[in-house]
Amino acid sequence: MEEINLIGIFVSALLINNILLIRFLGLCPFFGVSGRVKSSLGMSMAVFFVMTTASIVSWMLYHWVLLPLQLEFLRTATFILVIASLVQLEEIFMKKFFPNLYKALGVYLPLVTTNCAILAVAFFNIDYNHSLIQTIIYAWGVATGYTIAIVLFASIRERVALAPVPEALKGYPIAFFIASLMSLSFLGFKGLFGL
Amino acid sequence: MIRWNEFTKGIVKENPVLILMLGLCPLLAVSSTAINGLGMGIAAMFVLVGSNIVVSLLRKFIPDGVRIPVFIIIISTFVTVTDYLMAAYYPSLHKNLGVFVPLIVVNCIILGRAEVFAYRNNIFYSVLDGIGMGLGFTVVITIIGMIRELIGNGSIFGFGNFVSYPALIMILPPGGFITIGFLMGILNWYRQKHR
Repeated sequence: MEEINLIGIFVSALLINNILLIRFLGLCPFFGVSGRVKSSLGMSMAVFFVMTTASIVSWMLYHWVLLPLQLEFLRTATFILVIASLVQLEEIFMKKFFPNLYKALGVYLPLVTTNCAILAVAFFNIDYNHSLIQTIIYAWGVATGYTIAIVLFASIRERVALAPVPEALKGYPIAFFIASLMSLSFLGFKGLFGL
Repeated sequence: MIRWNEFTKGIVKENPVLILMLGLCPLLAVSSTAINGLGMGIAAMFVLVGSNIVVSLLRKFIPDGVRIPVFIIIISTFVTVTDYLMAAYYPSLHKNLGVFVPLIVVNCIILGRAEVFAYRNNIFYSVLDGIGMGLGFTVVITIIGMIRELIGNGSIFGFGNFVSYPALIMILPPGGFITIGFLMGILNWYRQKHR
C-alpha cells in the first residue's frame, strides 16, 4: 500500500499538479532563464538539489522542533531563513568539494532562494501531512516536473525566437501564450491513475 | 513640498507587475476571480506598507552586511500576522488563497521595495511608496481577476450572469497565462504606437 501511495505522490507532483504549469509556482525563473535550453537545465538542476535538501531540513525542523515547542506560527519565518542559509551553505560546500558542479550551477544557486516553488513545497509537505519518505519523494516529483516543463518551454522558445511574431507580441507576451498552450496540454493529465 | 510622484509612480509609470515584471506567481495563481485577486492585493499591500514602515524606522540601526536577512524577518512577521488575521476574519478567502498567503514572504515586490526605497528614505515617503506600489499590484491583479471571472464564469465579483456560455478554460490555469499575455501585448502595442 505504501509503495502505491509513493508512486501516486510522485506522479501527481510530476504531471497532474505540475508545479509550474498548473500550480503557478516558481514562475519568475521560468520566464527569466528559459531563453536557452542550456541555462534552463542548469536552473532545474539547482532547483532539484535545493528542493530536496530544503524539504528534508524544513520537515525535520517543523516536526522535531516547532511542533514539540508549540511554535507553529513561526514556520513562515523559519522556513525562509532555513532555505536562504541552506543555499549559502550548499554554495560554499560545492565550491570546495565539487568545483566543476559549482561552475555549472553557480549562477543559478542564489536565484533559487527567491524561487517560491521551494518554499511552497516545504509548506505543502506540512499541509498534506507527509511522512519523511513521502516528503523526499514529493520533492523529487516536483523537481522532475519542474525540469520537464522548463526544458520543453525553453526548446519551444528557441524555435519561436526565429519565427515571425507580430511586433507587439515579441518577447514576454508570446512566451505567455506558449505557456498557456503547454498548461492546456498538462491539464490533460488530470484524472490519470484516478488521482 | 510633498513629492506626490512617490505615490503615483507605483500605479502607472513603475507598475510593479506590468513594467517591472515582479510578483508573477500570485498574480497568475489567485486571479481566477475578482474577489480573490482583490483579497490578495490588499494582503500584499498591508505587508508592503508595514514592512516599509519598520524598515524605514530601523534603517539607521540595521547594519549594511546583514540587511537582507533582517528585511526577511520583518517581512515574514507581517506575513504571519496577515495569515492569522485572514484565517480568523475571512476564513473562506483564506482557504481560496491557500499557500499563497504565506508565500507573500518571497514576493519580490516587497523585498525589492524594502531594499530600493524604504532603506534609503524617511517614513513618510516609505508609506506613500508602499501604498502606491501596493495599489499598482492590487489594481492589476483585480483587473485580471475580473476579466477571467467574466469570461470564465460570466460574473463580476460573484454577482450577475453576463455571459450565456462561459468559457471555463479562463478560470483554469491556461486562462491565466493567456490573459496576462494579451494584456502585455496590448500594452506593448499601445507604447509602440505612441512613441
